[in-house]
Amino acid sequence: MCTTCGCASSEPRLESDGSWTTLHPHGHAHGHEHEHAHAHGHHTHDGAHAHSHDAHGRHVQLERDILDENNRYAAANRERLRRHAVFALNLVSSPGSGKTSLLVRTLSALNGALPVAVIEGDQQTANDAERVRAAGAPAVQINTGKGCHLDAHMVGHALDRLPQADGGLLLIENVGNLVCPAAFDLGEAHKVVVLSVTEGEDKPLKYPDMFAAARLMLLNKTDLLPHLDFDVDKALACARRVNPTIEILCVSARTGEGFDAWLDWIRAGCASARAAAGAPRTGERVAS
Amino acid sequence: MHEMSLAEGIRNVIDDEARRHRYRRIREIALEVGQLANVDTGALRFALDVALRGSVADSAIVTLHEPPGHAWCMRCADTVELRRRGDGCPVCGSYQLAVTDGDQMRVTGMVVD
Repeated sequence: MCTTCGCASSEPRLESDGSWTTLHPHGHAHGHEHEHAHAHGHHTHDGAHAHSHDAHGRHVQLERDILDENNRYAAANRERLRRHAVFALNLVSSPGSGKTSLLVRTLSALNGALPVAVIEGDQQTANDAERVRAAGAPAVQINTGKGCHLDAHMVGHALDRLPQADGGLLLIENVGNLVCPAAFDLGEAHKVVVLSVTEGEDKPLKYPDMFAAARLMLLNKTDLLPHLDFDVDKALACARRVNPTIEILCVSARTGEGFDAWLDWIRAGCASARAAAGAPRTGERVAS
Repeated sequence: MHEMSLAEGIRNVIDDEARRHRYRRIREIALEVGQLANVDTGALRFALDVALRGSVADSAIVTLHEPPGHAWCMRCADTVELRRRGDGCPVCGSYQLAVTDGDQMRVTGMVVD
C-alpha cells in the first residue's frame, strides 16, 4: 500500500490517450505525457507479485515553483527597497534599443531632483556603468558572463555595493535580450520595456512574454520617425494585443521629446514608493 | 536560452526537498510547464540531464506535463483557451485577454527512496 496516501497501488495506468501514468494517478486529473514507458518493464508483474514500495520508490506530491529560489531573493530585494522607499524599475529590451542613452538622458533631465542609482547588466565590459557614472549617478556593473539575464541574487549583491539614497529611484538595466529576462523577477516595482522605432512594429507579437510582463513600454528614438516607414499606431496596437493594460509613452533619448511624461510617471512611482514605506527619509544613506 | 537557469532552479528545489526529507535517491520527477511559459521543453530536458548529474536525482526519469493556456476574455466574460500570447479570443476575437493559466513552471511530484 502506498505510504503517502494509502491507495492500493501505484502501478502504471493507461491514459485515454494511450500514454502511461506511473506517478500517482489520483490528484493528477490532467493526463501526463509519459515518454518513458519502456523504462518500466519491471512493472509487469505476474498474478502473485509482492509489490512493495521499497522496490519502486515512494510517491510524493509537491507544488514548488521552479524559480522558487530566485523569487525568494526577489522578495528580499523588494522588501529592502520598500523599507528604503526606493522606486525600482527593471529596464528590458533587445540590444541597441537605446536603454543606456535613455538612462543617461533621464539622469540629466532629473537634474539631481531625485536621488538615482543604477545597476547595469551586460554579458561583458563595464562601459555602461562608466557612462552612467560620468552622468553623475552611482552605478554598479554586473557582468553575467555567458548568462543571458540578471537574476535576483545578482541584484541583491549589487544592492550591497550600491550607495542608494532613501526615497530615490533605482534603475536596473537588464541584459539586452527580449526573451529570458521576462521570467526573472528582480524585486523591481515594474518592468519597463523599451522598443525603438528602428525595430519592427510587430516585435511585441514576436516576443510577447516580455511585453506581457511589462507595466510600461517606452517607444524610443521617435526623432528618427521622419526618416523611417515605422507605423507607430501599429506598434502600439501590437503591444496592446499581448498586454491590454500596458502603458505606453513615446520618447526620444536624443532630443528629450516625451520626457516630461516619462519623468511624471517616475515621480508618481516614487511617491507611491514613499507612501508604501511610511515616512520619507530623503537623503539618508542606506546602511544595509 | 534560459532553460539552463530553469534546470538549475529545478535542481535547487530537488536538493532542498531531499535535504529536508532525507531522500536517498530521486527516481522520477514530474514537472508542469505551461504552454505559455515560453520554455523550450527539448532544451529543458537537455539542460536537466546536465544539471542533475551528480545530484540525488542523477538519471531520474523526467515527465513533463504541458497544460494549455487559458485566459479571461473581458468581452465574453468567460475563460477561453489561448494557444499563444498575442492570439485573440477563439470565440469573439477580442484581444482584451488576461492569462489565467498555462504560464506556470512547477515541480509537482517525485518518486523517491
